[in-house]
Amino acid sequence: MKMRTTFGNVMLVAALGLASFAGRAAAQTGGELRFCLRMEPKTFDPLKVEDEASAAIRYLTGGTLVRVNRQSQELEPELALTWKVSKDGRQISFRLRNGVSFSDGTSFSAEDVAYTMQQLMDPALHSPTGDAFRSGAGSVETKVISPTQISITFPAPVAGLDRLFDQVAILSQHSPKKELAVLGPFMLGEYKPGASVLLKRNPNYWKADEQGHKLPYLDSIHLDIQPNRDVEMLRFKRGELDLINSLDSEYFDKLAATSPQLVHDAGPSLDSEQLWFNEVAKAPIPAYKKTWFRSASFRRAISEAINREDLSRVVFHGHAQPAVGPFSPANKFWFNSKLKPQVYDSNAALKALQNEGFRLENGTLKDKDGNAVVFSIITNAGSKIRERMAVLIQDDLQKIGIHVNVVTLDFPSLIERMTQTYDYEAIILGLTNVDLDPNGEMNVWLSSAENHQWNPQQKTPETAWEAEIDRLMRAQASSTDPKKRKEAFDRVQEIVVEQEPFIFLINKNSLSAVSTMVRGAVPVILSPQTFWNAERLTVAAK
Amino acid sequence: MNLWRKLACALLAIVLCASAAANWLAPEGYARQDREAISVPPSRAHWLGTDELGRDRFARVLYGTRISLLLAPAAALLSTLMAALIGGLAGYLGGVWARMAMAVTDLFLSLPWLFLLITTRALMPLNVSPLFSVIVTFLLLGLLGWTTAARILCATAASLRTADFVRQARAAGVRGQRLFWIHVMPNLKPVLYAQFWISIPVFILSEANLGILGLGVAEPMPSWGSLLKELEGLVSVGEEPWKFVPLALLVLVVMSFQFLLSNQEEVAA
Repeated sequence: MKMRTTFGNVMLVAALGLASFAGRAAAQTGGELRFCLRMEPKTFDPLKVEDEASAAIRYLTGGTLVRVNRQSQELEPELALTWKVSKDGRQISFRLRNGVSFSDGTSFSAEDVAYTMQQLMDPALHSPTGDAFRSGAGSVETKVISPTQISITFPAPVAGLDRLFDQVAILSQHSPKKELAVLGPFMLGEYKPGASVLLKRNPNYWKADEQGHKLPYLDSIHLDIQPNRDVEMLRFKRGELDLINSLDSEYFDKLAATSPQLVHDAGPSLDSEQLWFNEVAKAPIPAYKKTWFRSASFRRAISEAINREDLSRVVFHGHAQPAVGPFSPANKFWFNSKLKPQVYDSNAALKALQNEGFRLENGTLKDKDGNAVVFSIITNAGSKIRERMAVLIQDDLQKIGIHVNVVTLDFPSLIERMTQTYDYEAIILGLTNVDLDPNGEMNVWLSSAENHQWNPQQKTPETAWEAEIDRLMRAQASSTDPKKRKEAFDRVQEIVVEQEPFIFLINKNSLSAVSTMVRGAVPVILSPQTFWNAERLTVAAK
Repeated sequence: MNLWRKLACALLAIVLCASAAANWLAPEGYARQDREAISVPPSRAHWLGTDELGRDRFARVLYGTRISLLLAPAAALLSTLMAALIGGLAGYLGGVWARMAMAVTDLFLSLPWLFLLITTRALMPLNVSPLFSVIVTFLLLGLLGWTTAARILCATAASLRTADFVRQARAAGVRGQRLFWIHVMPNLKPVLYAQFWISIPVFILSEANLGILGLGVAEPMPSWGSLLKELEGLVSVGEEPWKFVPLALLVLVVMSFQFLLSNQEEVAA
């Protein structure tokens, strides 16, 4: 009897052990998630990210000290257990988790955080992420107090300092794999240029779920590089893809008609589409065109001549709203609610141009020197949305005698013209906003920043209004009083609407599609809308 | 003239006359946007419905026919003539000339066309008229599209060099250019015709795809290629079969030309 009992107990323990192992194994065997990147990632270095594809990979592989929960929009601890921002907003101290390793087994410590900050703020690197931290002249000091404690001191106060670390993926100072040694849930497995990126589960990922199961659940994430949205849609319908992170309105309606359970409209997003003119002084375009483009009156008239309601209705099938300014009304706190939407009035636009010396001759608008108002709008080929917006704008401006040539270019050529050769006249592109806080757009609004797209990297502000925006952005970035920050940024929005360096066109809704095979997905408006909680997603076996 | 050739003639005449009369048949033009009638099906107001910007598809097919019917065959003719000259002559002359010509052909075949086209786009001003843009596009296609046919023609011409009728002509005192143009070249016609007819639809589709590089027909000007791009949205074509009209037109026109020209070959023989 005793032997049977002992044997029974052993079997019970063994069975429980097996069940426990199976449970852990089941929790970890989450399948492979498949979706598309719309373009080739430009870099795997998290500090140099400035395109959407690279940002997606950084999000999935990078370990950050804190993370903005994309659903609740609250800041949550990650690699940092606790943090404290000093009253003057110049210093932040982190207490880090112990026993964490990079994907290659190298230990994580405060030294890695110090190293990352040094790299981030290195002016030679021109890190777009680092721009958000630049609040004033001087260098950033890091002090490693212990392997799990670090304080970082900035030369001037940085508003919303803690939230900015959501974008900073920590690099290893000691790993021979450099930026490929990661702290996030996934790591780079394979990269086939032009084809795909495979991210594998990081075996050393520190996080576990509430039941103690190691995360991520997924075995891997397969990212196909597919700029063609028709092909992406077809593959999703065939079940070859599990989600479409950002769905065009046309496909949303078609998919909703047949499979409403697959589509999600999370409402107005933070993203915008805009048109801007090349205001770079050294741009290789005729001087008389530079004169037009650098005139705020000209830009305002163009803005007035564009029918945004039609853009929303025709191009986005009603899944968008005319943009009012740089921030979407979805950003409830920061949006300047006093701003009025631009009213479409082509007659008023023409009159405004005529007041500036332009005249209409035989259906063609000419400037005071007799030059016909002809310019090109470039946008990225493959984006039907932007191509259609460009053609609608071409038609709108034709009504006031302006002839527009629409040119679609492959994305690398477009970026090269925009950022290096400045050989363009006008562009339609979009802004993807990751954060609610305007600090996330320091690299756009500062006149010295790389992404100050209409006239980037100015040594000193070339216009009084850009100098004013610089001052206001630095002021709000260095204040810890939300009310003062709001006042400053409200004024930035007013200046932008007055001067129209960006002619904001629309704010589109956050539309996505998720297969029913994916468990745990909760589409939201903050990017990345569908895989923000990738570490907790699973894909049912097909 | 048999029934098929009559039908081919009639079809071509209708297509050509309709495209020439586009200004009367579709007086509103190809660019006018009816923003209240987006992607509507065929109706009395819009015989082939409207596209995603409310433009009348029938008008765009008519005006697009002018571009494609004029320029695609012109580009095909250019590439065929180049293939004939380079490949045919090289094969006829043989020896070091053939080797040099084929080396040049191989070089062209190995060139990364994509970078050449990107460079062309980079060198071209952004503000060119849609017509200039489409002419440059088809010119490029013609200048680059001769290589494959040149190799075939070289081999064919080389085999004809030793053919009995050529030997007979030589024996009769015919030499040089006369021998090439009067005796060899006519026997290359079947290959030339095939090359020409294959090239037309290839160039029409290539023109549409070049849009991704900023070449091709610029908006709002239509072409068969840009209209065929609507078929890329395969999720909706089953519900909108009228989008197949440009494809049907392309097939019918190419077949009609083939019917007519094959008749001329029979008569000549």
